[in-house]
Amino acid sequence: MHDYLLGIESLSKSFSGIKVLDNVHLQVRSGTVHSLMGENGAGKSTMMKCLFGIYRQDSGRFFLEGEEFNFIDPKHALENGVSMVHQELNQVTQRTISDNIWLGRYPRKGFFVDEKAMYRASRELFARLGIHLDPNLKLDALSVSQRQMVEIAKAVSYEAKIIVLDEPTSSLTDNEVRMLFDIIRVLRSHGVGIIYISHKMDEIFEVSDEVTVLRDGQYIGTEAIENLDMERIVNMMVGRDLGHRFPPRTNVPGEIHMKVSKITTKYSPIIRDVSFELRRGEILGISGLVGAGRTELVESLFGARTLESGEIYIDGRKINNSTAQKSIGNRFALLTEERRSTGLYPVADITFNSTIANVKSYRGAIGLLDDKSMTRDTETQIDNMRIKTPSYKEQIRDLSGGNQQKVIIGRWLLTDPDILLLDEPTRGIDVGAKFEIYQLIINLAREGKSVIMVSSEMPELIGITNRIMVMSNGRMAGIVETEKTNQTEIFNLAMKYLINSTEAEI
Amino acid sequence: MAKFAHKLRTMTGRQWMDLLVQNAIYLVILAIILTIIILDPRFLSLRVLENILTQSSVRLILALGVAGIIILQGTDLSLGRMVGLAAVISASLLQRQDYAGRFYPNLETVPVLLPMLAAIFGTVLFSAISGWVVAQFKIHPFLATLGMMTVLYGVIQIYFDMGAGGAQPIGGHDRFYTAISTGRLVEFSAGGTRVGIPYLVLIAATVSLVIWVIWNKTVFGKNMYAVGGNPDAAKVSGVNVMGTTIMVYVMAGILYGIGGYLEAARIGSANPSTGFGYELDAIAACVVGGISFSGGIGKVSGAIAGVLMFTIISYGMTFVGLEQYYQYIIKGVIIVVAVALDTKKYLRRV
Repeated sequence: MHDYLLGIESLSKSFSGIKVLDNVHLQVRSGTVHSLMGENGAGKSTMMKCLFGIYRQDSGRFFLEGEEFNFIDPKHALENGVSMVHQELNQVTQRTISDNIWLGRYPRKGFFVDEKAMYRASRELFARLGIHLDPNLKLDALSVSQRQMVEIAKAVSYEAKIIVLDEPTSSLTDNEVRMLFDIIRVLRSHGVGIIYISHKMDEIFEVSDEVTVLRDGQYIGTEAIENLDMERIVNMMVGRDLGHRFPPRTNVPGEIHMKVSKITTKYSPIIRDVSFELRRGEILGISGLVGAGRTELVESLFGARTLESGEIYIDGRKINNSTAQKSIGNRFALLTEERRSTGLYPVADITFNSTIANVKSYRGAIGLLDDKSMTRDTETQIDNMRIKTPSYKEQIRDLSGGNQQKVIIGRWLLTDPDILLLDEPTRGIDVGAKFEIYQLIINLAREGKSVIMVSSEMPELIGITNRIMVMSNGRMAGIVETEKTNQTEIFNLAMKYLINSTEAEI
Repeated sequence: MAKFAHKLRTMTGRQWMDLLVQNAIYLVILAIILTIIILDPRFLSLRVLENILTQSSVRLILALGVAGIIILQGTDLSLGRMVGLAAVISASLLQRQDYAGRFYPNLETVPVLLPMLAAIFGTVLFSAISGWVVAQFKIHPFLATLGMMTVLYGVIQIYFDMGAGGAQPIGGHDRFYTAISTGRLVEFSAGGTRVGIPYLVLIAATVSLVIWVIWNKTVFGKNMYAVGGNPDAAKVSGVNVMGTTIMVYVMAGILYGIGGYLEAARIGSANPSTGFGYELDAIAACVVGGISFSGGIGKVSGAIAGVLMFTIISYGMTFVGLEQYYQYIIKGVIIVVAVALDTKKYLRRV
């Protein structure tokens, strides 16, 4: 029974009737790196949240070294040797490294904190892990990767037996990734079990011992890494029904609509010399690794970033998109990546959320807003996009992620845009709702709107775009015809400007 | 030193700019002081220095109280009324036996420090309630202490009306009480006047030292910075967020109690409007001294610098005969500029 350090057995969890996890398993051996894979929405993070007591499972059991347990919160888990290093680091950045590591359990000497003991303990901890940082540095002087290492060290200082790393490399440079892997290997040699969550295939093959794959809340399988190759993992993750995940592309790209010439941003992260053309009714995908400048590119087009140089032409006429207001005036719309922080007004109702970008056009004769036409337009949007809601008065925070996204797309459609910039339009949305968003995007393109869509999900780019532009380290690495390309070509383009640049940046 | 000089020589224009921005508020203050000295060189005297330090003392003690709360991402509007409460309690218990309008006509002479404890008891009680309300109900400290400010005014009035002397300021202080605010530890002649080290300055220095130790050397102090910097991180690391929050308010209460006790002695009387508006001076001094409203950042030295700056500026401007109304304008501008510069340090351009 003690084969496994951590066992998760027959875990199930539903949210409002939808099964997010259906009888899934995970078994992690001591001294191994166990990769947990699956597309966004496959149930990985729900599984982890159940493990850490943030969600209560409907059924299923957890075992640590053969003992059954149920953690009540992350702190309880931490004290029992199970910890998680989150993508968003939860740290007190104004304080020093050792203050953060020993927070909540400072060593004392009489009435005072024993700074010397704390410093010494931090040094010993870092020496064990091969981390070269002065514990007296403040966290806000560190890079993200260094802060991450501090967080890992903190987990180790709690005598962690299991450490969960959630997308740990998403904002690291190649060099930093290598340092992280060194630490992971040290932890493994100390007998720690590591659950590694990542989308990056090369990392999975470099660092893992075993891989468990989830798909749509189902357990697909666990295999030793030796028995796997990339194709096999992708098959497990995506399944065979890839063809049915996307609606047919019925839009037909026409003449050139927008021409972008040598766009370069003024402040970092830098976009350098990006030029391309967008056809009317076309869906142009933007691919690239995290940090390649995809979001920054659409923000630059929309005037949310300051340009150093470069021009934008619409139908051959040069336009000025230096601010968001001007861009909206030029019939641009930007759907932001972070729906929660920059898109939603959570406590406001659907009407407010739908009409806020276009509120000026609802002014009546004496400048007061016309509630009736606002309500009418909102109801039209609800019908057209099949938004599931009891009424237009509902607070938007009560809708599901997919329906929230539809409301926000609807908001921009009410401004009657010509060019839609969509940044990760299906992030955090369940599979069924994704299909509807795809259909919506294709319909818009068919009506003659031109769409630029940023996505980190390769299948959806290949599934619904006409062409894909690949960004690499702030530059355009190439544009490919979606019908004629494959994942390897896109991946190679994404790496194009990465090799020399990391050194150049340092 | 050579290293420093080398660094200065090799700095780029951008780095110079950053250095200027980081220290701009100090440069502005320096410029104002220099202007004052040029206008009236007599400003550079021991007598003036003593006055400035004395006037800063009570303000500093109060500023250190609210500083802890600001570090917790909060603020305290009730500070002025806390001072009023402590002042009225202290003064009412420390009147001369031969004074005509005594608050407690039959009260024997009490040891001079005892009323301070009574005052502290009062301010700690109410400040702890504020802290509990903030921590328990997650009410923004601005609102919680706005409520407390109003409550306290009522409490002070009720207490004041209980006095036998009727509705008149509580004056005629015991000579030992007065001595605390006017006495000096050592005295000597300089430039024709007697100067020395006032007790008030010694008390403020001792309080600053104790607070420095608490903030920097104790678990409570470190927890205060952690809760202020990132409450969620503190919570998952097992810090008692509620206990820490209440303790910070209790500490503030202690300092308000001391401050109010000294303020009544300094002024020579107390009435319900004693301390009115002091919270704004204290908060402004903290902010100018770099104690950030975004929480988790702030030093004792910052509070000292902030308080001294304001005192120097107002004393200096009065010294050269600038009308008070102009002083208000200058002080107001300094507050806003200080905050703008502070924010600029953290601003990211896109």
